[in-house]
Amino acid sequence: MTVAVNPAQTGEPVFYLADEHPHPEGWSTSLGFWIYLMSDCLIFAILFATFGVLGGNYAAGPAPKDLFDLNLVAVNTSMLLLSSITYGFAMLTMQQNKVAQTQIWLAITGLFGLAFIGIELTEFAHMIHEGATPQRSAFLSAFFTLVGTHGLHVSCGLIWLVTLMVQVQKFGLIEANRRRLMCLSMFWHFLDVVWIGVFTFVYLLGVLR
Amino acid sequence: MSPDLLKLIFGRLGFESLPLHEPIVVGTFAVVALGGAALLGGLTYFRLWGYLWREWFTTVDHKRIGIMYMILGIVMLLRGFADALMMRGQQMLAFGGSEGYLNAHHYDQVFTAHGVIMIFFVAMPLVTGLMNYVVPLQIGARDVSFPFLNNFSFWMTVGGAVLVMASLFIGEFARTGWLAYPPLSNIGYSPDVGVDYYIWALQVAGVGTTLSGINLICTIVKLRCPGMTMMKMPVFTWTSLCTNVLIVASFPVLTVVLALLSLDRYVGTNFFTNDFGGSPMMYVNLIWIWGHPEVYILVLPAFGIFSEVTSTFSGKRLFGYTSMVYATVVITILSYLVWLHHFFTMGSGASVNSFFGITTMIISIPTGAKMFNWLFTMYRGRIRYELPMMWTIAFMLTFVIGGMTGVLLAVPPADFVLHNSLFLIAHFHNVIIGGVVFGAFAGISYWFPKAFGFKLDPFWGKMSFWFWVTGFYLAFMPLYVLGLMGVTRRLRVFDDPSLQIWFVIAAIGAFLVLLGILSMLMQFAVSFLRREQLKDVTGDPWDARTLEWATSSPPPDYNFAFTPVVHDNDAWWDMKKHGYQRPLTGFRPIHMPSSTGTGIILAGLATAMGFGLIWYIWWLAAVCFAALLVVGIGHTFNYHRDFDIPAEDVIRTEDARTKLLAGAK
Repeated sequence: MTVAVNPAQTGEPVFYLADEHPHPEGWSTSLGFWIYLMSDCLIFAILFATFGVLGGNYAAGPAPKDLFDLNLVAVNTSMLLLSSITYGFAMLTMQQNKVAQTQIWLAITGLFGLAFIGIELTEFAHMIHEGATPQRSAFLSAFFTLVGTHGLHVSCGLIWLVTLMVQVQKFGLIEANRRRLMCLSMFWHFLDVVWIGVFTFVYLLGVLR
Repeated sequence: MSPDLLKLIFGRLGFESLPLHEPIVVGTFAVVALGGAALLGGLTYFRLWGYLWREWFTTVDHKRIGIMYMILGIVMLLRGFADALMMRGQQMLAFGGSEGYLNAHHYDQVFTAHGVIMIFFVAMPLVTGLMNYVVPLQIGARDVSFPFLNNFSFWMTVGGAVLVMASLFIGEFARTGWLAYPPLSNIGYSPDVGVDYYIWALQVAGVGTTLSGINLICTIVKLRCPGMTMMKMPVFTWTSLCTNVLIVASFPVLTVVLALLSLDRYVGTNFFTNDFGGSPMMYVNLIWIWGHPEVYILVLPAFGIFSEVTSTFSGKRLFGYTSMVYATVVITILSYLVWLHHFFTMGSGASVNSFFGITTMIISIPTGAKMFNWLFTMYRGRIRYELPMMWTIAFMLTFVIGGMTGVLLAVPPADFVLHNSLFLIAHFHNVIIGGVVFGAFAGISYWFPKAFGFKLDPFWGKMSFWFWVTGFYLAFMPLYVLGLMGVTRRLRVFDDPSLQIWFVIAAIGAFLVLLGILSMLMQFAVSFLRREQLKDVTGDPWDARTLEWATSSPPPDYNFAFTPVVHDNDAWWDMKKHGYQRPLTGFRPIHMPSSTGTGIILAGLATAMGFGLIWYIWWLAAVCFAALLVVGIGHTFNYHRDFDIPAEDVIRTEDARTKLLAGAK
């Protein structure tokens, strides 16, 4: 949009745009999505804080040392990190306008995400089987809620990913779809960052304490 | 049918859930049902459903959504105020062995519902409605950044209100006080549906509030017209920006804390329990980390309204614009550093309490700066005492008293005496009614002509004003006295007969406020009947200063035929001063978002899902959840969400205005 106004030149100030172009589609989307992500970040912040306060309250039940299998968690973490990398590749191929390759990278990302969720659910099932249920202690309530909320976000991301793949297949890499892929990309990397916090704060520090 | 099957279909909902044993509730239901039937019958008779659906329910026009928010707020005000009258009546009567007319079960619901409704479904819709209506006009935009989201946000707020209202007739509402502290709100002490109604009403409405916060931030940041730098934005837009930042930065906290409470209640986790390592005090901390910013979410836009009104009706540029902006931003930040003053008595120790006491007192500095800015704006101004200005003066006098009692409560030792007393009740009603409610009324009477094309009737407006103001003082000054004497909040019956007179005075005050509310409804009716005499053809009935007055009243769908260009803080004043000539030719098609029914459908499903979760009707919740996903994803397959208003339509609209303006001269 051009502001063809200069009071000094024309003598009288111009008070409206005679030649106007509407904002391009999606003009506010990335800002809006960023702000949404920050509000989501606050949700995790509160869950981390809750875990920080209640994380040591075992109520004579199992403690992190008894429960966490760091090898499994390391595998799980690598799944998520790899999925972020492959999503990055999807974005690169998107820039080159290669639909098929973008779809392949998105599919690989989805498989890594699915593996992450699968491993997490296995871990949860194992813990519950051992009697370490969310009801057992405040520590476990906070643990399952924090990690579970992250898992829920990844699951939502997977649904979103599949939806976008269908849309890319149907309508191609049009402007709207590129914008959507960009939003999901931010969401996906954001979840990665949150997971780094979970991995460090919940698992590593948990085993140490 | 077997009980198991009944339970599968209806959850814990049964005939015994209907409060048939409460004559007051049954009577209310009869009145509401008759009124509702009359309304629905009338709409059907006059064949208005199609019109409402097309032009209002599915609209993405920020102006119509703003008006719908205002209607929601005013309707819910009637409900919330009915609760207030019942409490005042009960406390006036329950002396000398009398139990009053409300049993404990009912009374506890009344005070909880009163607080929840007044904050979430009266104050929030009024504030959000005004922001929605005014902000895009003030910044010279055609709509908000995400028009569909705006419609969805509104209907989610309605969904929350519907759940609260449903609790009156189906089951019961929480009996915990408006913030539902555990362990009282946990399943052990509140096994019934009351707290679940509370949780899901607030969760459904909270989604709407958060999204509308994101939407308005983007609108203000991205859609300002050329020339409007941040420091040229009208003060109301500035306060709206800060309020929406606060919404986005605090409502997620409420979402989480309510989610954790629901996990405790539904799954049996131990976040806020007394055993297995849970901590009820964490709930209190978390909910006030949302709750304190919330009061600034409500009052900052009111400050913005008072700023606009003061400078318009004093005929002067606002004094200290820059300091006003900085004061707003400082309040925004400080509002996050004071939450613990709501529970000094928790026992955090002297150091923690001192910190929060001092931060609380510091907030009074920027607020005081604002007060002086308004006074200096009036100083040597040619003040016109129209209704919006009257509300502003009443605010300035009332709010200063409320502010001073607030600073008093910020002193931890004093708070130990006054904590949870009626002094506190008097204080926060003093600032919320004196600040937010008077602000909303000032805003309504100020912008009403813009929204509807005719002014509000001044006679009934002044009646309403005087009833409200005197009623407020009579209702709440006695509560300061009672609080200082040690009377605590939420009591149902009293032993000491010497207290009764104060409650009687307070009840008289509440009755005067009732007259004020009725006068206001009368004012709307009379103004509608006299709309030809009260008509505003100029679009600028108050000789005002900001951009919303540059367009017609009511504004066309596209707000401005040409996007304005701004050179000064008081953009419209500047245009008038330079002899601005409205363009009469050269109109072009205008790109606008199209209406959609998806918002109301999604919100309806979310509300039904909430109802299912409240009553343990799991199939309903599951079906609604699945439907939410399907409809939500389905909506993303619609890539054509805009249309062009043809140039001929713009020309026709603008020519009509030209004729109108010519007739006015």
